[in-house]
Amino acid sequence: MASPSTDSIPRPARPPFWRNPAVRGVFYQLLFIAVVVAVGGFLVHNTLVNLGRQNIATGFGFLHREASFAIGESLIAYAPSDTYARAFLVGLINTLYVAVLGIVLATVLGTVIGIARLSRNWLVAKLTLVYVETFRNIPLALQLLFWWTFLREGAPSPRQAWRPLPGVFVSDRGLEFPLPQSNPAHLWIFLAFVVGLAGAVAVSGWARRRQMATGVQFPSGWVGLALIVGLPLLVFLTAGTPLAFDWPALKGFNFAGGGSVSPEFAALLFGLTIYTASFIAEIVRAGILSVSWGQSEAASALGLRPGLTMRLVVLPQALRVIIPPITSQYLNLTKNSSLAVIIGYPDLVSIANTTMNQTGQAVEGIALIMAVYLAISLTIALSMNLYNRAVALVER
Amino acid sequence: MADATGETQAGQQIIELRHVDKWYGEFQVLKDINLEVAKGERVVVCGPSGSGKSTMIRCINRLEEHQRGQIIVAGIELTSDIKNIDAIRREVGMVFQQFNLFPHLTVLENLVLAPVWVRKQPRREAEETARMYLERVRIPDQANKYPGQLSGGQQQRVAIARSLCMKPEIMLFDEPTSALDPEMIKEVLDVMIELAQEGMTMVCVTHEMGFARTVGDTIVFMDRGEIVERGSPQELFANPKNDRTKLFLSQILAH
Amino acid sequence: MTDATQDLPLPAERPPTPSAGIVSWLRVNLFNSIGNTLLTLVAAWFLAMTIPRLVRWAVIDAIWHADSGRACRGDGACWAFIGEKLRFILFGRFPYAEQWRPLFVVLIFIGLILASCDRRIWGRRLVLLWLVGLALVGVLMWGGILGMSYVETDLWNGLPLTLILAVVGMALAFPLAILLALGRRSQLPAVRAICVAYIELIRGVPLITVLFMASVMLPLFLPTGMTIDKLLRAQIAFILFAAAYLAEVVRGGLQAIPKGQIEAADALGLGYWQRTRLIVLPQALALVIPPLVNTFIGTFKDTSLVIVIGLFDLLGTANAALTDANWRGFFAEAYVFIAAIYFSFCFFMSRYSQMLEREFNKGGRR
Repeated sequence: MASPSTDSIPRPARPPFWRNPAVRGVFYQLLFIAVVVAVGGFLVHNTLVNLGRQNIATGFGFLHREASFAIGESLIAYAPSDTYARAFLVGLINTLYVAVLGIVLATVLGTVIGIARLSRNWLVAKLTLVYVETFRNIPLALQLLFWWTFLREGAPSPRQAWRPLPGVFVSDRGLEFPLPQSNPAHLWIFLAFVVGLAGAVAVSGWARRRQMATGVQFPSGWVGLALIVGLPLLVFLTAGTPLAFDWPALKGFNFAGGGSVSPEFAALLFGLTIYTASFIAEIVRAGILSVSWGQSEAASALGLRPGLTMRLVVLPQALRVIIPPITSQYLNLTKNSSLAVIIGYPDLVSIANTTMNQTGQAVEGIALIMAVYLAISLTIALSMNLYNRAVALVER
Repeated sequence: MADATGETQAGQQIIELRHVDKWYGEFQVLKDINLEVAKGERVVVCGPSGSGKSTMIRCINRLEEHQRGQIIVAGIELTSDIKNIDAIRREVGMVFQQFNLFPHLTVLENLVLAPVWVRKQPRREAEETARMYLERVRIPDQANKYPGQLSGGQQQRVAIARSLCMKPEIMLFDEPTSALDPEMIKEVLDVMIELAQEGMTMVCVTHEMGFARTVGDTIVFMDRGEIVERGSPQELFANPKNDRTKLFLSQILAH
Repeated sequence: MTDATQDLPLPAERPPTPSAGIVSWLRVNLFNSIGNTLLTLVAAWFLAMTIPRLVRWAVIDAIWHADSGRACRGDGACWAFIGEKLRFILFGRFPYAEQWRPLFVVLIFIGLILASCDRRIWGRRLVLLWLVGLALVGVLMWGGILGMSYVETDLWNGLPLTLILAVVGMALAFPLAILLALGRRSQLPAVRAICVAYIELIRGVPLITVLFMASVMLPLFLPTGMTIDKLLRAQIAFILFAAAYLAEVVRGGLQAIPKGQIEAADALGLGYWQRTRLIVLPQALALVIPPLVNTFIGTFKDTSLVIVIGLFDLLGTANAALTDANWRGFFAEAYVFIAAIYFSFCFFMSRYSQMLEREFNKGGRR
């Protein structure tokens, strides 16, 4: 039997091209791109002309030139005879240093305050509320200026420095603290710490397997902690307590010995920590509150004690709600560290600023700063996406 | 009272509430509640909203605290003593209106959590029990799914299985079908009826009067914090003596 | 067995222990366990250490009138400094005799913000009110007509500058943010790519960078010979910055609109721009008002950064006031004073946004 020819099956009529959505889509996009390119080209052209008139070179060649400016503090060796590239590196390291420390401290402080906000003790709940509302509603720039000026003008000179703890001095030159002196025994102590860590992991694995098999529970948390702290302590004691401190001592008008941080660093770290902790506290509080009350009720009804309920039921669910906004706060803290330029801490932006003023290469300088911060942002955003996908609650 | 081995004998009182009062602030939510439940008895509690019926059964496993009166469960008096509370909660299972399954754990993990951490059972033993109860509630193949992937009726049946894994002597149900779509109510009620037929002591707060008639030994009607009337289903539904009971029954039995 | 009790409800009794009254409140809230008692004691000790010192510094030992910095040195705060510098801190170098103009500007802004809180006038009337308000602000600040002298933007300092930067920044960022959010959800890949690139770029870098970029690069972008006002550069920076963050907020609202709304609009025959304007945007924007207010609070605080490009907002003028040789060292008073101003604005707006959020969650929106 002959099959009907395909010509007899009607096909939908093709619209004229100016009414075809696909064609229109392409057309609009081309138009859009053309506008963007045109505007962009206009701006670039103007920039090149203007830069040319001021005899400013373009390109990143300036990075190899000598920087010839000093940097107040640096974690790596730097001298004014080093290149601009090295100066940028110093700035980057300074930024990361204060950012990482700030993130750790702010997380600890913020979590404690966030949990305290939920306390049934009225005084504690209200005090932490005052803390959060105060530091959230005042600009960070103002807070940083306050702490920095306080250290520089409100703190006494080194001769009359405050002594909050033995060996710790606060003065207008900054913060001094005792630094442990290095000693060969420290290597053994560190090894003991590593062994303790490995032991804690092994013990917890063994305890978990035993619980699966026999149901008997084991306080692997406490035992693990004892190993991590106890083993190094044991080595420390048997080695004859080799802990000598380098104490800061007043020599003339300033301190010598021990470790120190500048007022700029202290103010920046302190201000960033206090400010970001107030936001983290609210995130932690919201996260714990987000776990519905019925969850803890069901756990209690099954006979689970409050500690276990928190660990097995509430905290895992709360963390899912807490982690995304907290990583956003980490990002904010890193970006806020750029406010260091206001109080004179030599972070990346501050050094780039000096460079731009000296060389006139504003475009390249800004591009460099943006590239660095973008890299940091994208890294954090990517890790957060991975985490989210890994722990997402499975639903229909 | 419990005998020497601590187990309640059939027919003896397993739950006693004597002159129980409870206040929320100044508002009295339970007034002079007196209730006795025998082992193997099925009690259905009904009443208008706000009558205190959920509060009453939540007092039995200390999810709420009573301020006056005595509550004795399986021979143990319910006080602020943590040991007593823990012991009572091991013997009393609860099924909630909102299921309250743990969404971050699989169905199987939901079921073995309490036996492993509270009764300290080996995991394998707990899993065997769990799979057995999953068969009983007729969803054995969902063991590795997450609660979010199940329908409402399935979730509630998992919740029932989760409580059963602790092998309680008493099961409390707080409006177990009120949050379910109509087509799923039957599958949950069927499980509850089977449970009742096996002799489980049950105290159930519900609006499902058909269930009450099928399974209930005693119907308790509560209104405004007090027990107004109680009796067997036949007596209470056919011949309510109290005006408030008559009013309530006329409202819910109308259709 | 039937057990019919009385037809009338039992009378309610009083709870056995007094649950009202201050002793019982103290017991429940502060001392209900050993741990809590310890916490209460620690907190009370902390308060005892700080509050009396604060009160002594700020009130008891404070000096309220003095002629010069030297006369004002004591144990307490020198509020005379604030009294002396008040107009400078608030209005900067705006011509002294005409400072009623920036004062009116501040009042207009406060009025506009308060008016926007009243939901009854949300809609076209509110937009009109804002346009009129902003026009008035412009006239008052620039002057040059109606007998007011012309004041160049360099002399716009202090609180009016903070408010202008924040309010105009948000107001103009808003339309841009809507376009960006719509573009990010567009089906056209080129449009989507450019919007995503813009939003992620701006959100990934600190505001200071954007301010530098505007301050340094905008003059380069213009054809040779054209100059651009310093205030305008900062304003553009704020608009571009706020737009990226607002775009994400608006996008959240757009995502929350159920697909059924778009389908219903399509079924009625509405085109893309019609359905966006009439159906999607009104609902999306209403949904995200609390985060919008939060973004405004953030922008308001961020205006303090213009100090790095040489503009003198409220923080800038306070800093400048501290450089007076006759009044040295009163940084605490100055910073506390402007902190109080910032706090008042931000705290009020944050409370308002929390109240809105509670109302929306209750479903009392429509």
